[in-house]
Amino acid sequence: MASLNLSNIGPIYRREVRSYFNSPVAYVVIVVFLAIIGWFFTSNLFLLNVASMRVVFELVPLVFLFFIPAVTMRLLAEEKKSGTLELLTTKPVQDAEIIIGKFLAAWTLLAAALAPTLVYVITLEALGSPDIGPILAGYLGLLLMGGVYIAVGLFASSLTENQIVAFIVGFLIVLAFYLADKVLIYVPSGLAPVLEFLAIDYHFSNIARGVIDSRNIIYFGSVLGFALMLATASLQRRKW
Amino acid sequence: MSIAVRNLVKRYGDTPAIDDITFDVKTGEILGFLGPNGAGKTTTMKIITCYMPPSSGSVEVDGLDIAERSLEVRRKIGYLPEMNPLYFDMNVLDYLEYSAQLHALRGGAVQQRMKEMVHVCGLEDVRHKDIGELSKGYRQRVGLAQAMIHDPEVLILDEPTSGLDPNQIVEIRNLIKQLGRAKTVVLSTHILSEVQATCDRVLIIHEGKIVADGTPAQLQQDFQGADTITLELRAPGVDPLRDVAPKLRAIAYVSGVSLLDGADATCRFEIHAEKGNDVREGLFRIAVSEGWIVLEMHRRVTTLEEVFHKLTTG
Repeated sequence: MASLNLSNIGPIYRREVRSYFNSPVAYVVIVVFLAIIGWFFTSNLFLLNVASMRVVFELVPLVFLFFIPAVTMRLLAEEKKSGTLELLTTKPVQDAEIIIGKFLAAWTLLAAALAPTLVYVITLEALGSPDIGPILAGYLGLLLMGGVYIAVGLFASSLTENQIVAFIVGFLIVLAFYLADKVLIYVPSGLAPVLEFLAIDYHFSNIARGVIDSRNIIYFGSVLGFALMLATASLQRRKW
Repeated sequence: MSIAVRNLVKRYGDTPAIDDITFDVKTGEILGFLGPNGAGKTTTMKIITCYMPPSSGSVEVDGLDIAERSLEVRRKIGYLPEMNPLYFDMNVLDYLEYSAQLHALRGGAVQQRMKEMVHVCGLEDVRHKDIGELSKGYRQRVGLAQAMIHDPEVLILDEPTSGLDPNQIVEIRNLIKQLGRAKTVVLSTHILSEVQATCDRVLIIHEGKIVADGTPAQLQQDFQGADTITLELRAPGVDPLRDVAPKLRAIAYVSGVSLLDGADATCRFEIHAEKGNDVREGLFRIAVSEGWIVLEMHRRVTTLEEVFHKLTTG
């Protein structure tokens, strides 16, 4: 395969971002996301009187489970259905460039949804004195985790031209990643460490504690990369 | 910019969609791809445009193999797929800009080509509208504009006039003809008059095989059977059946004469000639010498429709 061309990714990325923000999708998703997070954050802050982002970092991975497959479901399924994918893949653009452009666009939307929650951090800094290190690490963890979910969602979207199917498949896969370390008591003890290492929450909570270990970063990077490769391969299924 | 298609086969499961197709398209030629629905026109085009690979066989565009030099081939081709898929949520200019950028145009070249395409395809009035709001005719023009945005040497157009009204069809045809002078164009259609109006050469494919290849005129000639001539005469005071018909019959190469109708001294005959012979001159001379007045003489020509029908049925 020839090397990737950044100047091909750019137009695809920009079209996708524009398509998110020119339609209600981005705004609905961001508002719902912020409403859920905000409610838990404020009730925690005022009722328990704790100046901590802990509840946010516990809740967001759960919200991502629904939120991200909903954001990614249309990325390829819609183009398949409308036929524009045929047009796109007959342009002098590589399949991997299409996947990466769309991935980065969804990641941008994710960052745009997370950005307003920084207001909570500022509020906490004003009211108490939380440790800023773990908070920043937590945000990094959320972006990495969200990246993995997006890559998986993109793969799910590449499988079908039905957006609902793409949503459900994407949701089930990320759910499996999320639940992997929550079912440890049910599995043979030999399997437990394997499942734990596969579990996305395990790696995320390590990072959210403020410990940025290369093992966790490698985990996120490799799962993300693998999902994007699968999505690319799935796009090339037309050639089989 | 030539296209060479060699022994192309594409199977979906066990059924072949195209079965050993070989043809060339010369630079500057407008080739019409004709065939009933499901004959393999779209499949062939999808292979040439690198959307999917053939099961076997090869295609070269300007000497570049589509499998090995896919990106380079795609740079040279402008493609309008069947059904003309478009992003309905984009406006015309944004979409053209996007298409131009995907073809690696940059900076001033993008704006200049966009301007040209808007002008050539008559999109001035709608350039700021969302594509979803446009009529079918305008959408088709947008589809053509994106296909030509990078000034490709080869245009592959899959049913460029489908779903358009007669006026729009004429417009799009003229556009293709005008552009086709400098480019190599392959267009598919199942509208026969379109081929006659726009194409230099016709390929008729049926059930995945090429069944005819030539200029529209050539095909008509090849499939032209024996002449059938309709003759209408005014011959007062003679009986058409007893006096006229035998004299017509006596002309060289006439193989049959039948009276269609005869009343009030005008009569219509259908005259069959032996294959390859023109009997019109003989008919005229006898009419003159007998003092009959020729009201109508018409030689029926095999139409492309008939050629098509013959080749693609039974």
